[in-house]
Amino acid sequence: MNDFAFKIATVNGTGSASANGLLMKAIFRMGIPVSGKNLFPSNIQGLPTWYEIRVSGKGHTARRAEFDLMVAMNPATYARDMEEVRPGGWVLHDSSWPLADELLRDDVTFLGVPLARMCNDRFDGARARILLKNIVYSGVLAALLKLDMEVAERLLTETYGRKKALLDSNFEAVRMGFDYAREHFDCPLPNHLEPMEANKGHILIDGNTAAALGCVYAGATAAAWYPITPSTSLVDAFQGFCNRLRKDPETGRSRVAVIQAEDELAAAGMVVGASWVGARAFTATSGPGISLMSEFIGLAYYAEIPTVIFDVQRTGPSTGMPTRTQQGDLMTVAYASHGDTKHIVLFPAHPGECFEMAVQAFDLAERYQTPVFVVSDLDIGMNDWVVPTLEWDDAYRPDRGKVLSALELEEMERFHRYLDVDGDEIPARTLPGTHPKGAFFTRGSGHDRFGRYTEDADAYADVMERLARKIDGAAEALPRPEVHLAPGAQLGIVTVGGCRGGVLEARDRLLERGVAVDVIRIRGFPFGREVREFLEGHRQVFVVEQNRDAQLLGLLTLETGVPRERMIPVGSWGGMPLTARDVIEGIMGAGVEVGIVVEEETPEAVELPAARECRRRQV
Amino acid sequence: MTYIPKPRVRHPTLPTNALGLTRRDYEGSMSTLCAGCGHDSITAAIIEAAWELELEPHRVAKLSGIGCSSKTPTYFIGAAHGFNAVHGRMPAIATGAEAANPDLTYIGVSGDGDSLAIGLGQLCHAIRRNVDMLYVLENNGVYGLTKGQFSASADVGSRAKRGQVNRLEPIDPVLLALTLGGTFVARSFSGDKAQLVPILKAGIRHRGFALVDVISPCVAFNDHEGSTKSYRYTRDHLEAAVEADLVLPTAEITASYDPGAARAVTLPDGSVIRFRKVPDDFDPSDRDRTYAYVRGRQEAGEIPTGLLHLAPDAPDHHDFLEMVETPLVNLSFEELCPGADALEDVLAAFR
Ligand SMILES: Cc1ncc(C[n+]2csc(CCOP(=O)(O)OP(=O)(O)O)c2C)c(N)n1
Ligand code: SF4
Ligand SMILES: [Mg+2]
Repeated sequence: MNDFAFKIATVNGTGSASANGLLMKAIFRMGIPVSGKNLFPSNIQGLPTWYEIRVSGKGHTARRAEFDLMVAMNPATYARDMEEVRPGGWVLHDSSWPLADELLRDDVTFLGVPLARMCNDRFDGARARILLKNIVYSGVLAALLKLDMEVAERLLTETYGRKKALLDSNFEAVRMGFDYAREHFDCPLPNHLEPMEANKGHILIDGNTAAALGCVYAGATAAAWYPITPSTSLVDAFQGFCNRLRKDPETGRSRVAVIQAEDELAAAGMVVGASWVGARAFTATSGPGISLMSEFIGLAYYAEIPTVIFDVQRTGPSTGMPTRTQQGDLMTVAYASHGDTKHIVLFPAHPGECFEMAVQAFDLAERYQTPVFVVSDLDIGMNDWVVPTLEWDDAYRPDRGKVLSALELEEMERFHRYLDVDGDEIPARTLPGTHPKGAFFTRGSGHDRFGRYTEDADAYADVMERLARKIDGAAEALPRPEVHLAPGAQLGIVTVGGCRGGVLEARDRLLERGVAVDVIRIRGFPFGREVREFLEGHRQVFVVEQNRDAQLLGLLTLETGVPRERMIPVGSWGGMPLTARDVIEGIMGAGVEVGIVVEEETPEAVELPAARECRRRQV
Repeated sequence: MTYIPKPRVRHPTLPTNALGLTRRDYEGSMSTLCAGCGHDSITAAIIEAAWELELEPHRVAKLSGIGCSSKTPTYFIGAAHGFNAVHGRMPAIATGAEAANPDLTYIGVSGDGDSLAIGLGQLCHAIRRNVDMLYVLENNGVYGLTKGQFSASADVGSRAKRGQVNRLEPIDPVLLALTLGGTFVARSFSGDKAQLVPILKAGIRHRGFALVDVISPCVAFNDHEGSTKSYRYTRDHLEAAVEADLVLPTAEITASYDPGAARAVTLPDGSVIRFRKVPDDFDPSDRDRTYAYVRGRQEAGEIPTGLLHLAPDAPDHHDFLEMVETPLVNLSFEELCPGADALEDVLAAFR
């Protein structure tokens, strides 16, 4: 009980998203740890789309690719969907039409419900019939999985409460499905839901929404962006929260500028411009946008202008697979732009950290006067996660860094923009218009420590070397890594971002089989001393990440000097969120080589969907 | 180029403006452009305009892209904040800065390569947004800094120094701005300070995007026989079609013009733009007629100059974004952060 995964296969544009969301939220409200992965196409209507829900009493909410139950609503993907069900599992399908013989398997149970026919008989209008079909299968699932109907109906009321007719038809649809299942099948299935109390003090939220809230709370007043999946919903959410929380109560006008730029180059420039005059400004984008922003990122680094950039990664290179996840931008953000640059990067693993790190990003950007990236991915940004509720401390005040006031300038003999007066590699800055003594020329061309144009090698190097020390010095001010130590472990896993869930689950399962591994999850770049110590303290380290070229491993090699041989790359990068199985099989595959003996685990269901994905090649 | 500060010598006899500043106080460091470059004359005109408008130097933000023209902000108003952006991207910097702090006076300087090739998109969108700034396009028909390649404003038939003839249609910034709904569109010539200074002053006072295309010959690469952006060619074909003055609200409006033959337009800040000379078939408030007029004169081989189009009351960037009057940078954190209780309310929807 409370340990299974099911998958709903539909066609996009048919309204299944709200039904799937309803199921997720109902399970969440039953107090059970749950995760949902929306696998959607880069398309508006008519292509296959899937929604995977994993229920785990133990709290393992990484993606699981073996399904106990498939809700097969899209004939176009029947063949593939049927294959993904584990032996002994179930397939729920629309029996208004018979299933082709070649689809049938004798090791799974087919549960046919004449959904289309039921909807045609009961509801009017083509659109309503299509939409309500989703609610009917939700009702079927409610019976099969023992979903609390009261919770489901309350959710429907919350959604459609003001539209009586709509509410009535939804109620009817969900009941229809529920009753049909109770009448025709053995309900519930052996794998079903049991209420728990695990979600007290938790919320169900996606990372982009949480990051947007972080921006509101950090006091950001300017956002410039260009639409791109999977980051669009971050700015949409920011705009939505500002409409609610940032209106002048008297005039109704906005205390924020949300500018939809003409492209990402302009978006980055607007952020730099707004930051230059003293606003907290940010942009949100994905890989293609980062590529376009690179010239301005270099300017902001060199001219020392705070800049906050959210990179919600998707599968690259180029347009890649816009609606699939990946950690393919790690190298790019670490050193974005031509010339010698290095940037502060924060890596949230879930929406809770998206919120916290959004706030930290503004503080760090202003304290270090430099671009700061918050790098999440499509899975974190767009999927709903159960996380502890977001907390806000009213005592928080922004760290604006060294910004000279008119009074300070008045009392100064002379102001020099790039002179390190305090010996901490961070010079003071001034905001335009503050005081006549504060004026200087901001430029991306060669400048000396006094802010003057230069083509002199020494004067140029003087500033560049200070910049290198400044950014490296920031390492200890970044969020500390998350570390899990197991007694006696000689093996270690280094990981980052959204790999967290899969890695921690793999660690538990490996431990059950007698293999103890320590885990460190990096939360900031440049890496702090804990990362180096971890690498040095383990005989063998597996670096778990989601890209083809082992970018994190590369960064670790470059930045810590720990020999590459000590590290073995593990992970998957075909666009799906990481599973524990990806990690275990990666480690086992390499284990032989490095002398790890892993006892056989009960063979996992089927060798199917995960095997189809791109696993990290072994070195 | 190195940094050459100008010696500061006080001349008690020099005239001062209301702030007690002389014209010299609006100068910057020494120009490092070629002797005779049109851009230096425009710098001088900007200095004159800023002095006459009594701008507080440190309340001015001067922005540019990359190019010889974009170097010039170093040469005026040394006590202003400057921003030398990347090539073609100054409009984005200005848009972000002006959105967050509209209380500064924004003066942008760009070139025809910066604005019409690499940065064409950004220029167009800054015009559409009606960002409140003066935008001076120092137009010489070539890339000066990279040594003489044709720019997108080179006329068909214009001959480069090394003999090639441009056959591509030029992008005319005035016609472009009119097409995009520009609210202040002017053209002038670096050699006509008498016309240019009032236009710059009016552009600074205009609430919205003031595009001033200034033909500014490049003596190094585009001032030869056969070039249509040379001093000679420009002087021969220039037609000062519109003459206008800016009268500040503080100044007395002297009735030295014939109200029947000319018209006056009041800007939102109370200053008045007084049109002294306007052609018969022309109305600066009528975008389509201006367009037709400019096209017509160009067909006839003329380069009509002056303040060609003005829409003083059009909504600007802040209106489009429905922003508060207070500059965003002046809002207190308390006004921006909703606090823990509001967070509880917001999160109710996520339970
Ligand atoms: C991204 C980028 N590409 C190319 C250049 C090289 N570059 C510098 S200035 C310039 C052309 C400038 O022409 P224009 O704006 O007309 O200025 P002018 O020098 O003529 O005043 C070019 C191509 C650059 N700085 N950045
Ligand atoms: S190259 Fe041309 S544009 Fe550049 S400074 Fe010389 S004359 Fe002026
Ligand atoms: Mg040029």
